[in-house]
Amino acid sequence: MRLPTRKLLDRSFSGLGVFSILLMAAALIILLGPIFVRGFGAFVFRGTVEYRRVMRDKFGRGDRAAIAQEVAAATAARQNVYDAIAEFEADRSRRREYRSALRELKDAVRALLGPFPDDPRPALLRDQYGQTRWDRARAKLHDLLYRVEYDYSDETRMGVPLDVPRANDFKGTSLEPLFGYIEQNLEQMLRPRLTVYWRFLFDESYDAHFFGGIWPAVLGTLYLTLGAMLIAAPLGIVAAIYLAEYAGEGRLISVLRTCISTLAGVPSIVFGLFGLAFFVNSLHVSGSKSVLAGSLTLAVLVLPTVIRASEEAIRAVPQTYKEAALSLGASRWHTAISVILPAAIPGVLTSIIISMGRAAGETAPIMFTAAVSLGKPLKLWETLSQPTPALPWNIYNLCTEHAAVDEIRHVQYGMVLTLIVLVLLLNITAIVLRARISKKLRG
Amino acid sequence: MNDRSVNMTGVVADRPGQDRRPGAGEIDVGKPILTAEEFSVFYGDNEAVREVALDIAARQVTAIIGPSGCGKSTFLRAINRMNDLIPGCRTSGVLALAGQDVNAPGVDVVALRKAVGMVFQKPNPFPKSVFDNVAYGPRLHGVGGRGRLAEVVEDSLVRAALWEEVKDRLQDNALGLSGGQQQRLCIARALAVQPRVLLMDEPCSALDPRSTARIEDLIGELRGDYTIVIVTHNMQQAARVSDMTAFLYEGRLVEFGLTDQVFTKPREKETEDYITGRFG
Repeated sequence: MRLPTRKLLDRSFSGLGVFSILLMAAALIILLGPIFVRGFGAFVFRGTVEYRRVMRDKFGRGDRAAIAQEVAAATAARQNVYDAIAEFEADRSRRREYRSALRELKDAVRALLGPFPDDPRPALLRDQYGQTRWDRARAKLHDLLYRVEYDYSDETRMGVPLDVPRANDFKGTSLEPLFGYIEQNLEQMLRPRLTVYWRFLFDESYDAHFFGGIWPAVLGTLYLTLGAMLIAAPLGIVAAIYLAEYAGEGRLISVLRTCISTLAGVPSIVFGLFGLAFFVNSLHVSGSKSVLAGSLTLAVLVLPTVIRASEEAIRAVPQTYKEAALSLGASRWHTAISVILPAAIPGVLTSIIISMGRAAGETAPIMFTAAVSLGKPLKLWETLSQPTPALPWNIYNLCTEHAAVDEIRHVQYGMVLTLIVLVLLLNITAIVLRARISKKLRG
Repeated sequence: MNDRSVNMTGVVADRPGQDRRPGAGEIDVGKPILTAEEFSVFYGDNEAVREVALDIAARQVTAIIGPSGCGKSTFLRAINRMNDLIPGCRTSGVLALAGQDVNAPGVDVVALRKAVGMVFQKPNPFPKSVFDNVAYGPRLHGVGGRGRLAEVVEDSLVRAALWEEVKDRLQDNALGLSGGQQQRLCIARALAVQPRVLLMDEPCSALDPRSTARIEDLIGELRGDYTIVIVTHNMQQAARVSDMTAFLYEGRLVEFGLTDQVFTKPREKETEDYITGRFG
């Protein structure tokens, strides 16, 4: 090949490499950007007076006098709304004509500001308070100002939703100006303020994630992950030492190796079903789902990875270390424990922490064995018998099975962000730890 | 194969009572510590060491020379049974340490390796501190107490002529030492378990000339206290450091005798050809 051609090929290849790296970086930013921005919204947002009421009532936080003052001011601003509606209702002549429109209006006001002063106390916590977040309040305001009607005029197409101002329903009545008043004075009624809710991580959750934080799920994930590693790490390391140092190249061993490789590729849902069938239904490690059963299942899931990676790390230890130890009269297992394993620790540790990241993020293995949608944070001994919420499962659960997921998207994104940061932190720890220990070993 | 007459007794007859160098008079040449009889080592079907017979005297330096692949390392590693690590390796004949066949069933390999220390071709300190490297063996064999351990470590490092250089950095990682220092550390590590025999498998092949000279000096100092068997490629080195020299060729023991005699008046044609550089 001629020189110019070679140079051209060389340059185009490196160009291709740079291009693919850039593409990957862009994909990562496009993927992670919105997650970070929206997840951030769970921690930093404009909280209304209702948020501060929840914090006071449920967590005993905040300056009681200041909140009472704020509530009084908000109530004063809302009084006009309640008065106007009460006055309109009092006029019996129009009751029949406006019955359904009025009911819808009252429900919209309740959704926005909470129950009317003379309402009986609602059963559900979420109905006892107005909107706690300004972004949700804006959405509810829109629902209050407009109702949706479908336009079926074009027969060839599906009905097109149209926003119809509710003010039109009350045209010419005393309620018509109310809509403008609410739109104008919503800030006085809800008093939004920039709020940093870092305790979102550490707060219990109330009323199916409507209020409070995600601590039970975070704690559950930590329990499950650490439990899985407590089981998988010792087993995996011992198995790796055996495979690398003791097992020969026999037929049985090669079958075993193939099995381990195959296990590493089995879909995680299969492990989930296996965990249910074996740990829960056959061994009865717990009456039903429990953190213990989930940890065992996750341990089985990551075990092949731990074994394979640790075995590689152990095999990479220079043979000369082994010879030196043996020549000093060390037995095989003592050589393995005192010389080979310490020298292989960076690799072994990396495999364990990477597996931790995997265990933390898996949903399928825990859905039948450990995870529930709601629960209190568990005490340590309760993990032996109790199920727990866990981040990956709750993320899935919120977006598929929650009755009113649109109301609490911020919780879902907060969970996603927390999980990603958790896994990221684990991986960074792995990298730092590995670098440190390698440096120490190299002297 | 050169017959059994080439053994310690024959050699002693060659030089009755003479002192070749200072201190040699103390050497108890009459009592071999290592005895090989019809000793062979096989890798599968390949006979790497063929019916070697020789007696190695206590407290002397014995060099084993020969071209690459002649089986000298294999023979050396048979003495402390390091060949056990190699799958398919077996032996026949007798190799006895102080009258005890090392390959006999029921021999405690740990005890054998405690009695027979080894220094390898490439310096191979553990990735631990200098202190922990030397203390590894004593700890293994149950030397307890920090004071006692420190004593053993210092004593071993002094014997290995390394103490002055490392006494202020005992807790530093051993891999931070220079190659020559690492090799002397490995010697100290081997000495710390108080072996009777010290095997050296081309201990200077990875070192520069100055470090090599230091190791050779060290071998001279250890001579008289330990039985040293050294495998070397370097014939000048064998001539410089050893009392006795064995020449192995294609697994056979061609010649074994006093170093001076082997290098100046070799009895065998093959030895002469090798020494004069005609092959190897």
